[in-house]
Amino acid sequence: MMDTALQTPATAKTTPSPAAWGRVRRSRHLADRALKVVCTLFTVIGATVLGWILLMLLVEGIGGLSPAVFTETTPGPGSQGGGIANAIVGSLILTVLGIVVATPIGVLAGTYLAEYGKGSKLAEIIRFVNDILLAAPSILIGLFVYMLMVQPMGGYSGWAGGVALAIIAVPVIVRTTEDMLRLVPGSLREAGAALGAPMSTVIISISWKAARAGMVTGVLLATARIAGETAPLLFTALNNNFWFNPNLMGGVANLPVMIFQFALSPYENWRELAWAGALIITLSILALSVVARLLLRKDQVR
Amino acid sequence: MSTIAVSASSAIGNAAAADTGVPVRIAVRNLNFHYGDFRSLKDISIDFYDRQVTALIGPSGCGKSTLLRTFNRIYSLYPEQRADGEILLDGQNVLSPSIDVNELRARVGMVFQKPTPFPMSIYDNIAFGIKLYERLPKSELDGRVEEALRKAALWDEAKDKLRQSGMSLSGGQQQRLCIARTIAQKPEVILLDEPTSALDPISTGKIEELIEQLRSEFTIVIVTHNMQQAARISQFTAFMYLGEVVEFGPTTRMFMNPAKKQTQDYITGRFG
Repeated sequence: MMDTALQTPATAKTTPSPAAWGRVRRSRHLADRALKVVCTLFTVIGATVLGWILLMLLVEGIGGLSPAVFTETTPGPGSQGGGIANAIVGSLILTVLGIVVATPIGVLAGTYLAEYGKGSKLAEIIRFVNDILLAAPSILIGLFVYMLMVQPMGGYSGWAGGVALAIIAVPVIVRTTEDMLRLVPGSLREAGAALGAPMSTVIISISWKAARAGMVTGVLLATARIAGETAPLLFTALNNNFWFNPNLMGGVANLPVMIFQFALSPYENWRELAWAGALIITLSILALSVVARLLLRKDQVR
Repeated sequence: MSTIAVSASSAIGNAAAADTGVPVRIAVRNLNFHYGDFRSLKDISIDFYDRQVTALIGPSGCGKSTLLRTFNRIYSLYPEQRADGEILLDGQNVLSPSIDVNELRARVGMVFQKPTPFPMSIYDNIAFGIKLYERLPKSELDGRVEEALRKAALWDEAKDKLRQSGMSLSGGQQQRLCIARTIAQKPEVILLDEPTSALDPISTGKIEELIEQLRSEFTIVIVTHNMQQAARISQFTAFMYLGEVVEFGPTTRMFMNPAKKQTQDYITGRFG
């Protein structure tokens, strides 16, 4: 049966002649090459733009760097020199404030979605709302916090800035926490439960432990995200040419808004400081991302 | 206890098992199991004997793992799964709502098909289960960890790297770690769900030797796809098919002289 089936003329006729087969092969080969060339070309274009931005930033930014940048406060209009020490410290305060508020909320909400809310309607709604928040224009969040905090408190404050940044960080942390916990195999949870561990112990000692590198990465990426946010701070922390108030009331100097204001200014020294600030913020975000990646890789190797 | 054994055995038409005089540890009565609308165990009644190895065999999907997963109520992690009937462990119905499932699971240990070391050190993997129910001083805890590793025949390989991650062990070692973790809690019953199907023959041999040794202390129920394994390590065998126990009896009789044609067909490889 098998032999006759192989020898039937019907199957023989469907194979193309060597000449036709050659043409097919050449055209496939060409299509292969064409796709490869196009993909490579567009990758190079993308990488070039990115490289260009970084190069420009390095050239302009390094020119603006000096010890004074890290020690002196932002100069007033028309005055010479000055630094951005107050903006660097202010950005650190706002970012840390934002991430400290956002991390517990994000981690616990992500844990709810991944561990408790499996298949529940509520979890589905929260996940949907979270995805919308993830894509919400950040200026809206600035306006929201303006209405929520700045107006009632009677002025701009670092607190309002921190809360605005936290609202941006929360959905990022919720999402990564849920995704990372979902990667923990269910068999590990079953094994924990099979030893008689209550669900809380399984989550804290097993799920979180197994997913910790990914969860920390999520927090680091959220930190990188809010470190460079400008729009939500325009309505909340604003900016300042001085050191922050100890009670964080009033405008708090910060890098993104400083860059925004100084880059558009007519003063040469302000524009140089804006470049220096942009370089510092970019390098910090780059460093955070590298650390996040290393953490993940270390975990995968282990 | 022995009267239950007799009635149970006669209930499933097999007097041979009752003649052994071994006390019953787990008595299953009219057990039904549902995955949503699908009834996967049908009115099962069967006994498991004290400090004996009972093998559950049968083709994929026959319900042997499902049966195993009712003994520690691990199925209750999934809301769509439910069981009714009775599973008497030392005379107490484990399906009763008044049973504390976590306490039950500490009494009825389980080892899974794929090794499941926790993402922590070898030492902590074993201490984890002990610390759930006992507060011990460090020295005593150390002793318990060593004892469990020795019983699981892993001590010599692991004693110099107790602080290393449990994930750094080989597959067979990981599975023995999981067994060590289970016996460290001093359970009464150990459930093994195809514990060697992901392992190489040498690791499988070690696990089988281990099961043989553990029998002196624990009542063991093992699900296996490997009939030679069932014949090698068990004293009793239950053949399951389509959610029912077709035949149950001493392993030698089940393999040498099965009473049912279906059992014979499965054992000789005609289906399954």
